[in-house]
Amino acid sequence: MNWTELITGLVMILIQLALFLLLAPLVTAWVRKVKAIMQNRQGPRMMQPYSDLWKLLRKEVIQPATASWIFTITPYVVFVTTLSVALIVPIFTTILPLGFIGDVIALVYILATARFFTALAGLDAGSPFGGLGSSREMSLASIIEPAMMLAIFTAAVTAGSTNLGTIAAQADVGLLLTPAHLFAFLGLFIVAMAETGRIPVDNPATHLELTMIHEAMILEYSGKYLALMEWASSMKLLLFLTLLANVFLPWGISNDLSLVSLGVGAVGYGLKIFALATVMAVIECSTAKLRLFRVPDLLAASFVLSLIALILFYLLGGESHAVL
Amino acid sequence: MDAHLLFIFSAVLYLAGAVSALFGSPKTRWGAYLFAIAASLTGLISSLLVLLNNSPITVHIPILQSLKDLTPTLSLFSNMGLHVDALSAFFVLLISMLTLPVSIYAIGYVREYEGKKSQELLGVLYNLFPLSMLLVVTANNALLFLICWELMTLVTYFLVTFDHENPENVRAGSLYFIMAHVGTAFLIALFVLFYQHSGSLDFDSFRQIAGSWSELPKTLLFFFALIGFGMKAGIVPLHIWLPEAHPAAPTPISALMSGVMIKTAIYGLLRIYFDLLRPDMEWWWGVVILALATISAVIGILFALIERDLKRILAYSSVENIGIILIGVGLAMIFYAYPSSVKFETLASFALIAALFHLANHTVFKGLLFMGAGAVFQATHTRNLEHLGGLIRWMPWTAACFLVGAVAISALPPLNGFVSEWLIFQSLILGLAVPDLVVKVALPVCAALLALTGALVAACFVRAFGITFLARPRSDKVEQAREVPLPMRFGMAVLALLALSMGLTATAIVPVLSNIASSLVNSPGIETALVNGTILSPPAANHGTVSPLGLAWAFLFLLPIGIWFMLIRSPFQRRIAPTWACGLSTLSPQMEYTATGFSKPIRMIFRSLIQPRKEIIEETDESSYVKRRVRVRLDVQSPFDRSFYSPVSAFILKSSRSIRKIQSGSINAYLAYIFLALVVLLIFAR
Repeated sequence: MNWTELITGLVMILIQLALFLLLAPLVTAWVRKVKAIMQNRQGPRMMQPYSDLWKLLRKEVIQPATASWIFTITPYVVFVTTLSVALIVPIFTTILPLGFIGDVIALVYILATARFFTALAGLDAGSPFGGLGSSREMSLASIIEPAMMLAIFTAAVTAGSTNLGTIAAQADVGLLLTPAHLFAFLGLFIVAMAETGRIPVDNPATHLELTMIHEAMILEYSGKYLALMEWASSMKLLLFLTLLANVFLPWGISNDLSLVSLGVGAVGYGLKIFALATVMAVIECSTAKLRLFRVPDLLAASFVLSLIALILFYLLGGESHAVL
Repeated sequence: MDAHLLFIFSAVLYLAGAVSALFGSPKTRWGAYLFAIAASLTGLISSLLVLLNNSPITVHIPILQSLKDLTPTLSLFSNMGLHVDALSAFFVLLISMLTLPVSIYAIGYVREYEGKKSQELLGVLYNLFPLSMLLVVTANNALLFLICWELMTLVTYFLVTFDHENPENVRAGSLYFIMAHVGTAFLIALFVLFYQHSGSLDFDSFRQIAGSWSELPKTLLFFFALIGFGMKAGIVPLHIWLPEAHPAAPTPISALMSGVMIKTAIYGLLRIYFDLLRPDMEWWWGVVILALATISAVIGILFALIERDLKRILAYSSVENIGIILIGVGLAMIFYAYPSSVKFETLASFALIAALFHLANHTVFKGLLFMGAGAVFQATHTRNLEHLGGLIRWMPWTAACFLVGAVAISALPPLNGFVSEWLIFQSLILGLAVPDLVVKVALPVCAALLALTGALVAACFVRAFGITFLARPRSDKVEQAREVPLPMRFGMAVLALLALSMGLTATAIVPVLSNIASSLVNSPGIETALVNGTILSPPAANHGTVSPLGLAWAFLFLLPIGIWFMLIRSPFQRRIAPTWACGLSTLSPQMEYTATGFSKPIRMIFRSLIQPRKEIIEETDESSYVKRRVRVRLDVQSPFDRSFYSPVSAFILKSSRSIRKIQSGSINAYLAYIFLALVVLLIFAR
């Protein structure tokens, strides 16, 4: 590896990290804005999440008296692990200089790490709300993960790789999805709604003990810690939209380092993300929050969709591209 | 150093430890554990030498040799020796690797029994237990194997019933004793079949006749081995003794039982299928094992999640981990024996690497977690989660070690559990290359259930760690707790570091495992898992990579961004305030989430699998609106108990009752029986 390659690689890493970090609050704001418009409200301005984060980052932390060091390290763990996925997920280019450190299976477990520590922090404060959130989050995750794994399986088998860069680069760039991909996409979409705490499953805008899941776990967080946790939630939303966009709809994603293709990739990425975010917001506005014990049925549906995807793939004569 | 000599040293040191325990004074009671430490250390070096030099060793037992000279006609005793090949050496390594820290831990732990129990007995059994396992995994003769297997069962039976004042432990011991012997019966049948065909009890002679088995005996061999070893491994539905017996034993023994003893059964399965029966292997055997393994994994972790006893949680989780290991083994069997033009030996070897890696990982983190649970028990004298809480303030070292174990077992990167689960997922995806519809449907379902298991494990250990160590004490038992003595902390810390380093240095471990795996599929030197620096990848071109060390560095390099945000105005300033209590003046520990409450959604979602029962008993006064007392009873009934074990035990009791009729107690009747028996014998056996 010569110097130019090294520097290009480093620049690509930094651009992807910065983009992931800075774009995330904007996408959250966009979802809120679309929801507000649909509800005939003006809604907060687009820059509001940035102002919120900036305000929170300058405030002191209030720590519950019963909390231990688990409470203290959790925001860092959650923030760092969520940010680290920007190293292995293709954002607007499939060239990931550090893509080798983890694949899509690692991605599932990196997200599980963040969830594990958030749930522990929920229990740490000793408040019944925290325990409630942790219990619900971990229980729902147990049905989310198989559905997610199967959807990812379908993409990995068709591409013959579990590395996300390779999947995005090798996915068939037709205008229409194959039937298998379509079902897997739908499965993963439901997973994304659940994982990011969107309305049929959870509601990020409410603090009602009957319904809240994610908010219950982070109820005791404040100030800088809350900023890190909120930022991580935004990044998680962006991550799932990116996965949907680049694994299943890799239109326009750049496969080389020429400025034109990078530009096309960036613009295409932006359009796809905001389109998917709009769809998500519309779904949020047009459905009601499910009762907690109805949620497993929804997730079971996503599991079945993903399973159908994989079986369809073989029925329609698909063969794995894995080179043994 | 000579591996051969060191191995003998190791065995002799265990024996010396057992003898020394008999003669020690109360002051020197820990002498026996020093012997175990020395023995495990020599065993560790010896097995490492065998593995790294790739040179098997054969050990002859002098006494048995002289026995052979005395009775030249008795062919049974011919060549009764030990043989340490790569597979055996791997298991010797695991046994020694766990016995070492556990023995250090035991020095602190046995203080608990001072003046209460027989230290001598514990010392003897403690040394005999690893010795028996060492012999089981190296025996090269069926008879020797069975004798050592039985020794292992007996020693552990006495250890399970060591606290025999507690009737539950005696019950657990009896259950273990009976089920272990049913298993042994199947193993005897297995080796009798081998003997019939080969005319000898030597494993070498079994190897010579491999490939010449016909359909029926071969199938019988498969099932005998599966049931016989499956009983010891705790495969669902043969697992019911495991969650009773493992927690009953003293903690160092629980750690060894869950950490390595159940793995000797995996050793048995690998030895029979991949060594003695390799050319006869059928691919549907792998499908059977894969199905059982997946069921074990899901059922094991579901029962762990509803359990409230910390050690029983860990025991059920062992059932789950045996399932994960066997998923790898089952896959390897499918790949190896699938009849097709393309041979999947490389894939078989890869799946075996995954299984062996998980086996080693489970040894480390389950040993660690059991020691943590034992430390909690010693400090608080309770294992019930509902009485614990907040221990992280009283026992910071134990809490940190237990957390490492919990993170590792939940397969979170970059610890060791993550690497082995990654390998298993990769073998599942690559397995889809097998051109068979059964496999193509089974593997995705298995992968989904494995993902389900993974998420449930995380839930289980969030619950186990969170309820035990976080929030506030739920009873005053916690407030009297003190951090455990130094040897116990040291033992735990060793394994915690091992769990971390085995993840980070996975790329150094995989080549060693690769050697063992390729020797099992009999194609030495094939490229299985590709290791490139710190990057790990499966044996397919461009098929995904992972680098645990790279991930760890990535986390470390990104951490400053998080910390930098902390530095914006008033860096690291914190104010301590009470937890928000909805306007109430204080939160009492009764308001905290309980372990039972935590697993409520799981019980609801999976109610068809675990069938929870709730019974509400209300005592009312004259008016039914005034309740004096409401009692809620919650329990789960295992479907295997109800539909299989209860009818079987009822049948055995009933038939023994009817047989009892001939036991009149009168001496004349017995004389008549003897006479009758004699007459019958004279007629038929003339």
